[in-house]
Amino acid sequence: MRKSLLALAAGLLIAGSVSAASAADKLKVGFIYLGPIGDLGWTYQHDLARQALVKELGDKIETTYLENVPEGPDAERAIEQLVRAGNKLIFTTSFGYMDPTLKVAKKYPNVHFEHSTGYKRDKNMSTYSAKWYQGRYIQGLIAAKMSKSGVLGYIGSFPIPEVVSGINATVLAAQTINPNIKVKIIWANTWFDPGKEADAAKALIDQGADVIMQHTDSPAAMQIASERGKFAFGQDSEMIKFGPKTQLTSILDTWGPYYIARVKAELDGTWKSEDTWGGLDSHMFAMAPYTNMPDDVKKMAEDAQAAITAGKLHPFKCPVVGQDGKPVECKGGANLDDGQILGMNFYVKGIDDKLPGK
Amino acid sequence: MELVEAIILAVLAASTPLLIAATGELVTERSGVLNLGVEGMMIVGAACGFAGAWLTGSIFIGALFGIVAGTLMSLIFALMALGLAVNQVATGLALTILGVGLSGLIGARFVGERITPAAHLYIPGLTDVPLIGRVLFGEDAFVYFSLALIVAVWWFLYRTRPGLILRACGDSHVSAHALGYPVLRIRTFAVMFGGACAGLAGAYLPLAYTPFFIPGMTAGRGWIALALVVFSSWRPGRLVIGAYLFGAVTILQLHAQGWGVGIPSQFMSALPYLATVIVLVLLSRARTGGSTAPAALGTVFVPDR
Repeated sequence: MRKSLLALAAGLLIAGSVSAASAADKLKVGFIYLGPIGDLGWTYQHDLARQALVKELGDKIETTYLENVPEGPDAERAIEQLVRAGNKLIFTTSFGYMDPTLKVAKKYPNVHFEHSTGYKRDKNMSTYSAKWYQGRYIQGLIAAKMSKSGVLGYIGSFPIPEVVSGINATVLAAQTINPNIKVKIIWANTWFDPGKEADAAKALIDQGADVIMQHTDSPAAMQIASERGKFAFGQDSEMIKFGPKTQLTSILDTWGPYYIARVKAELDGTWKSEDTWGGLDSHMFAMAPYTNMPDDVKKMAEDAQAAITAGKLHPFKCPVVGQDGKPVECKGGANLDDGQILGMNFYVKGIDDKLPGK
Repeated sequence: MELVEAIILAVLAASTPLLIAATGELVTERSGVLNLGVEGMMIVGAACGFAGAWLTGSIFIGALFGIVAGTLMSLIFALMALGLAVNQVATGLALTILGVGLSGLIGARFVGERITPAAHLYIPGLTDVPLIGRVLFGEDAFVYFSLALIVAVWWFLYRTRPGLILRACGDSHVSAHALGYPVLRIRTFAVMFGGACAGLAGAYLPLAYTPFFIPGMTAGRGWIALALVVFSSWRPGRLVIGAYLFGAVTILQLHAQGWGVGIPSQFMSALPYLATVIVLVLLSRARTGGSTAPAALGTVFVPDR
């Protein structure tokens, strides 16, 4: 008995040291998350991508994540903690981590950083984001077709260019179907507050909107639309569970392929600082199945998706007319250029509301 | 007219969790204890309330789960802050941090699940009366309960002897102790009542407001409830005004944005806070002799033996 126990202990020791040795050989990859991984939205999708990464390269890498990391000075400490733990490639997955990431990146030139949705880069710090406005354009087409009242309801988080370009893309698309389409916009001034998002959805529906779109993170609006028998679009992730007869489609963040490509580059030693802003063609995001709509609307959506993917259709095709009735300067030739879209701070013609702060 | 009714219904739904949580904290603070852990107790109440309802299919049992969870959380606070005489502010903040983490752990299993929300009252004839029918006779049980609760608390605090003793503990624990009242025991009950209310308020969110659980879904409502208690100068009547005013301005500013009134949304979002603070400050200035903070609020009491 005693002998076998000893053998067992020895075996465990060997096993322990072996796994430690292999762990030392593995590339350590770290992630900083804004929300809890159970938020069913933004952070959840980043973690799905991390899981895909582990599935693909699990024998060569080891991943660590820190969730619920607030944007600001705390983030700097969290990122540094990952560096000290030996992570060689670190993904910081929210806009507000931009300056903290840059600060840590300058301090540790041998560690590589990937910052999501920001615009500051360095030798060892890349940025990556997705052209979600392309998906919003498809949603605008569907919304205009599905709306009986001709009034769309839009819940915004904060009036930043990413959200504003989404609203504009939606409206431009909807106007191609119904030139008189109306869009009511309510800013929740938060990314995540299920109660407030639900209240905003109720207000929009009570004011006559019958298709609800959101740029906030929880499924609350979807669930209210479902309760009231209206239509809605999901956000970041698949939300059809909260509105089986309500969700028309959803923009799904699919970071997996990008994460795998970047980690492979790190493993090969070919990683270099880049600025990636990918659209439907590069699979940075995907559209959830087109559901709860007639076949002709579905076909229209699929055609638009194919055209955008192939580069034949651009949501911000010139002329883009601003609220003042004047066309916006066309810097990209046939369409607005990336800089104009990334910094978009105006509403297009047809939106009655005023952009906050303008 | 339908829109007015819809707005009032939304206001009641938005105000109810604030009112319930604030009612509990008002009693706690009236006994002289400052429990800053309302947000933590609420979110654990939300997770457990949803778990209870999802597992049993009963909203009532879900609400009970929420109440029990909030009470258990408050007992942790009572043990530390009353039993071991630890600083109340620090303990309360720690309770919130603990609650946020714990609720994520409890709720992880239930993220993405749905339940049927709490049923609304329906009395044929009465509920169908235009404009006021659904407002008065078409709410869920939580709304009626919250109003009954605050009336009961008012009656208890100002019209009963135990209520007087509880207030005495809050104003001067030394005197109450000298008169032979078990200060710590009374405060423990007050803290437990606060926990039960916070748990129920948290449970209201996934059981009636937005029928799913998601970590962090209280989104700061516990802090708003705490602030309401202070600005109501610890008076039940003003608490009702404050809670409904806050809910009303929250909903109205959303509607105003939908109508496109052209006021910056950042200002609109700040409006509920501004309006509530201004009105409650004016109220407490208008009536002289109104009670202010319980004199012994937040102070540690160790009875001499």
